[in-house]
Amino acid sequence: MSEEKIYAFPNGCTPGNPVTFDPEICNGCNLCVDACQVDVLIPNPVKGKPPLVLFPEECWYAGCCEGICPRPGAIQIHLPLPQRVRWKRKDTGEHFRVSR
Amino acid sequence: MNWRQYVKKYGLIEWPYPVRYGEEREIEADVLVLGGGIAGCWAAISAARKGLKVVLVEKGATVKSGSGGSGCDHWLNTPHPGTDVTAEEIVGWELEMTEGYCNALSRYIAARESYETLLEMEQMGGVIRDLKDEFKGAPFRDEKTKFLFAYDYKSRIHFRVRGSTFKVALHKECKRLGVKILDRVMATGLLTEGGRNGARVVGATGLHCRTGEFFIFKARAVVNGLSRHQRNWCFSTEIRGNANFRPTQIVGDGHAMSWRAGAEFTMMEKSLPTSFASGNVFQPYSHGNGINTWVPCTMVDANGKEIPWVDRDGRILKTVEERCMPAPGQRFMGERTQGYTHKRPELIPDLEERIRKGEYTLPLYADLTGMPEHERRVIWGLMVGEEGKTRVPVYIYYNEAGFDPARDLLQSYMFLGGDPMRGSVRPQDRTGGEIGDAGGLVTDWNLMTNLEGYFAAGDALFAANYHYHAAATGRYAGRKAAEYAEKTKFSPIDRKQVARERRWVYRPLENRDELEWKELNAAACRIMQNYCGEYKNEELLKLALISLRELQEQDAPRVCVDNPHKLMRTLEVYNILTCNEMIVHASMARKASSQILGFTRLDYPELDPPEWKKWILLRNEEGSIKTRDLPLDFWKPLKENYEKNR
Ligand SMILES: Cc1cc2nc3c(=O)[nH]c(=O)nc-3n(C[C@H](O)[C@H](O)[C@H](O)COP(=O)(O)OP(=O)(O)OC[C@H]3O[C@@H](n4cnc5c(N)ncnc54)[C@H](O)[C@@H]3O)c2cc1C
Ligand code: SF4
Ligand code: SF4
Repeated sequence: MSEEKIYAFPNGCTPGNPVTFDPEICNGCNLCVDACQVDVLIPNPVKGKPPLVLFPEECWYAGCCEGICPRPGAIQIHLPLPQRVRWKRKDTGEHFRVSR
Repeated sequence: MNWRQYVKKYGLIEWPYPVRYGEEREIEADVLVLGGGIAGCWAAISAARKGLKVVLVEKGATVKSGSGGSGCDHWLNTPHPGTDVTAEEIVGWELEMTEGYCNALSRYIAARESYETLLEMEQMGGVIRDLKDEFKGAPFRDEKTKFLFAYDYKSRIHFRVRGSTFKVALHKECKRLGVKILDRVMATGLLTEGGRNGARVVGATGLHCRTGEFFIFKARAVVNGLSRHQRNWCFSTEIRGNANFRPTQIVGDGHAMSWRAGAEFTMMEKSLPTSFASGNVFQPYSHGNGINTWVPCTMVDANGKEIPWVDRDGRILKTVEERCMPAPGQRFMGERTQGYTHKRPELIPDLEERIRKGEYTLPLYADLTGMPEHERRVIWGLMVGEEGKTRVPVYIYYNEAGFDPARDLLQSYMFLGGDPMRGSVRPQDRTGGEIGDAGGLVTDWNLMTNLEGYFAAGDALFAANYHYHAAATGRYAGRKAAEYAEKTKFSPIDRKQVARERRWVYRPLENRDELEWKELNAAACRIMQNYCGEYKNEELLKLALISLRELQEQDAPRVCVDNPHKLMRTLEVYNILTCNEMIVHASMARKASSQILGFTRLDYPELDPPEWKKWILLRNEEGSIKTRDLPLDFWKPLKENYEKNR
């Protein structure tokens, strides 16, 4: 068993993960925080670190945050799990799902 | 790192912005524009071009906010030198489609000025032509001007544009012209002369959504570009943002504050069943939706069998190009398929029946693979790449996941209960303002409301819709507001009214800490589903009013607010409660059922009796509801009225 502390967190909301950051690429410039019309994100209290997702279920999923980010790969939006569509490759008949 | 991970590592986080509850800032403007969406930005630009001091107040981030902030792929209804279709004919299409329930006044202004507006969009940096010659030789391209057209390749009144460039360009132009932009400020109330209901509008109040600071705006003219009501019948506490077709920020703040001040509204009784606003379906525009972006995509069934397209007379269309040509004898095609005269081709109308009989097998797919290459690229590229809400989450995202429009079939959720426009819908899950034409503010030919000095544009207007319309009416309202401001003096602000507004804004901070705003919103929707849903009668509507009052008096004071953001969200729900009351009052005033308004009164079942084919205008006069009627065609004659007033 790990020694990790167990916290008393309430249930989170759904979807819980509209946006993720790659801390290796993101430099915490907060451009995305200021372009988000919904104010889903807040700046990280530690300067230079990726923003935090504070109000995930308010996300409108237009991807303006990702669209404005100058560092490709720093931020990615993720459609809610129940809203991921499928496609089929015509010649092979294989099925796929939008997975990100 | 998400919030939970961060808290585990570092402990609870303090609110990241300075908190300034109660601190006041007073700002003066010749023209105050509320809402920095499409109409608001255009209004600000056209007023600033006249050399006036313009202040723009936006709840989100002007650079991207509003329904048109992330994109626009079709710029509709635009007469221009390359077509002989006139503004009168375009409004004629809209009148036919809505059986007369159309804001012909604003639609006509928009049609007359849309082309100029589009060209100005280009000057500001918006991309409206195929400058890179990506579609050279395509039947929807004009080789001389490099304009690209949609839906009707012959009469060419609907432009295909790269609208993801528009909002950024508008924002830049506002800044260049010296418009003072206040982002993250929620407009909370209107200030009127002497603080009186129904009097001239002389300013507004606002709340900073990050700091909680209070704003007092003093203005010579005010423009409302705040869009309209949402979340009145349906609210998903979970997939919340994505359950709204229009952005999360749009809830009807503008309607509620205008109502409190005494502005006149119409068509608020309209509502239609919807499935997507419940949050139980797919994101609008994320799949093979045939409404506009995907037109004229080939559709196939699970076995690859093609589903035929037919024209307005039921004639099967054999080629892709035929789907974009008017039927024999047809003057031009509208963007929607309603009405006969300007009906666009669509998939065979008895498709559902044929699926049931086994002729076609579910699921269906959008099949771009066999389409002419330019059609494939213009749909999966320009249209899906530029349409609002689809650039990142669909175009970029699916491409990255490996979707290849030349090889792959995109599953369509039509008929699987997931399509936002059809699907399985509970009749009480309704939409008022989310999609299409909705109830809103009534104006004269200056786009001025019944409150002097208070103008409106875009989706805030009744029976309004579309990007071209928001742009052109915003530009027009800004011009008219500037002309008005130039000949009008500032009026003193009534301090008692400011104090009342302040109290309203901050009262939630004193609330008992028991509920959160989402529960209140869900309860407001349940009341509408129960008492103002598919079926209405006097008794149900009375119960709706009683229940909404109860919620306001007993439950609203229990909603907790722990930071300025949640204060903003709570005030939004208070405004939703006001919009719901407006809807109920409007429903009480229409004592007849109406098909086009989606309005069924069990106690007045006759559908659209001629004496009720009229606008019913409502306003709140110091708490009592005043109504008056206008004939549906009160705007007549269009051309003369426009030319006299423009
Ligand atoms: C996903 C999507 C795609 C669309 N695609 C097309 C298209 O391709 N072609 C087309 O013709 N139409 C399209 N439409 C419709 C079109 O975008 C709208 O009709 C148009 O944007 C309306 O403009 P508006 O200025 O009235 O409202 P918006 O552009 O929505 O602006 C309203 C603004 O008011 C702000 N606001 C709200 N409340 C407050 C407050 N209290 N204080 C301050 N600010 C506030 C909002 O944040 C927002 O910025 C689309 C709509 C959506 C949602
Ligand atoms: S994701 Fe991009 S825009 Fe956002 S803070 Fe990181 S680098 Fe800046
Ligand atoms: S997708 Fe839109 S609403 Fe969601 S975090 Fe990004 S900018 Fe904000």
